[in-house]
Amino acid sequence: MERIVLPDIPNLNHIEVYLSNGGFEAAKKAFSQTPEDIIDQVKKSGLRGRGGAAFLTGLKWSFMPRTTDKPKYLCINGDESEPGSFKDRQIFEYNPFQLIEGIIITCYAIGAQTAYLYIRGEYHKWIKLMQKAIDTAYEKGFLGERMKETFNTDFYCNLYIHKGAGAYICGEESALMNSIEGLRGYPRVKPPFPAQRGLWGCPTTINNVETITNVPPIILKGWEWFSKIGEPKHPGTLLYGVSGHVNKPGVYELPTGILLTDLIYNYAGGIPGNKKIKCVIPGGTSMPPLRGDQLEGVRMDAESLKQAGSAIGTAGVIVMDEDTNLLKVLLRITRFYHHESCGQCTPCREGTGWMEKILHRIAEGNGTSKDLDLLISVANNIEGNTICALGDAAAWPVKFMIQRFRDEFEKYVKPDIKITIPNKVHSLRNTKLPLN
Amino acid sequence: MSFKFTEENLKKIEEARKKYPTSLAAVMPTLYIAQEQNGYISNEVIDEIAEVLGIDKVDILSVVTFYTMYHTKPVGKYHIQVCTNVSCMLRGAYDIWDLIRNKLGIYNMEVTPDGKFSIEEVECMGACGYAPMIAINEDYYENLTLEKVEEILNSLLNNE
Repeated sequence: MERIVLPDIPNLNHIEVYLSNGGFEAAKKAFSQTPEDIIDQVKKSGLRGRGGAAFLTGLKWSFMPRTTDKPKYLCINGDESEPGSFKDRQIFEYNPFQLIEGIIITCYAIGAQTAYLYIRGEYHKWIKLMQKAIDTAYEKGFLGERMKETFNTDFYCNLYIHKGAGAYICGEESALMNSIEGLRGYPRVKPPFPAQRGLWGCPTTINNVETITNVPPIILKGWEWFSKIGEPKHPGTLLYGVSGHVNKPGVYELPTGILLTDLIYNYAGGIPGNKKIKCVIPGGTSMPPLRGDQLEGVRMDAESLKQAGSAIGTAGVIVMDEDTNLLKVLLRITRFYHHESCGQCTPCREGTGWMEKILHRIAEGNGTSKDLDLLISVANNIEGNTICALGDAAAWPVKFMIQRFRDEFEKYVKPDIKITIPNKVHSLRNTKLPLN
Repeated sequence: MSFKFTEENLKKIEEARKKYPTSLAAVMPTLYIAQEQNGYISNEVIDEIAEVLGIDKVDILSVVTFYTMYHTKPVGKYHIQVCTNVSCMLRGAYDIWDLIRNKLGIYNMEVTPDGKFSIEEVECMGACGYAPMIAINEDYYENLTLEKVEEILNSLLNNE
């Protein structure tokens, strides 16, 4: 299987190696065409965003106004904070120039002369690696004003890294823009959408790092080639991040539509001790979890996972074996969303805290069956009632985990059986960590 | 005690400002530069950033208190961050957390009396496939076992 985003070429992060393998040929080809042609090809390729929502990339680009007096911007989202997702750092480390080339083509297609690559602040090593690649691209005339000579075009663009500072919410596109503007990462009410009113009130497009890295091969090899890989409605490959209870956790680039069981057993090496699977979260912690007995025949693409009752998200697959304590897992997930709620919307700010408190109560052995219904009720009142999707992200794990594993949660709330949750969870309370 | 940026850092701030159309947008990179120089973001640091960037202090305070990577109190020479989110938790992160906490005798966000270590329980660090992991200052340590953590801690404890 051909790898598109992370080709099996040693030292591809060296500019000489990248150039000798056709590097920047796609950009040259792009500059011989009109921006409308480029957008059309990306539309026809069927490329969908790899950051979670799986929206059609070419369609998103087409929302940018062609005629405007304002500057246009491109933001590339490398905030990567969804638990279970760890794919973008592979691109920063192993294939940074394809990302840069994708940024150049995207800037040309949408008419942006400034691009901000937003990378999570904790990724010190990968920020340095990416900055080194950007510096090299400037030196070689692939970025900046010298692009005019290098590519024999009137167009040029600049690329800057903006370093995040430890806020998950900044992965949300409008919060990301606020963060670049030097503000708190508060999501903005939409509409207006970024293409109408984005960075500093100007037209802006925001794409995920993996999405943009797919662009050069699409332009070079043609949209027909790309559209035939994987599932027709969600073509291409995905960087599947597999973690948790598997023998070989890691990132696997494979076509969309691969069987989830194939990914877990054949690529990620199966479950340690040949244990059964109790639960799988297929796309990062915000996606609805699946029971072990729901996995047969489930394929990893947006449409198939929707049918299976979940979503592709960032394709960050978390596997839990039969001995996993799901109350402990759900408490940890809920604590995360409570901690990361930006606090703007009352249902999210208060609701995530309530869910955490109720789960703590259950973990302490003081829960009743009513608490499970109360949790679902709180989740339902958060879902769909917030400015951004963090509310849904916090609500879905609670709602679906309890619905799909009701039997297990019922065990924890029977008053006559005091379940002692391992004291590790209690340590969360004893660490003097502020809840928000 | 007032805080002043070094000449070298003032140049770095000027470079950061060039990336953005407004001075306010340079506040995040400037805070990182300040934190590297001072160790944490004190009120004096905020005063100086406001002066250098020509922005209101409240705009800086607003950012500092929102993002977790800016420290408002001093941290240890070795600031140890332990990820305990799901993927790390499933592979023993809380055992590592307990080991470090017990060995150093400090709680979350506390500093050892000699100022050498501080620990912080953090949310997902984007290293799920290499779990469990910790970060010490800017470096990631992945695929950890209790033995490896013990080894790392001992080497830092013996390193004057």
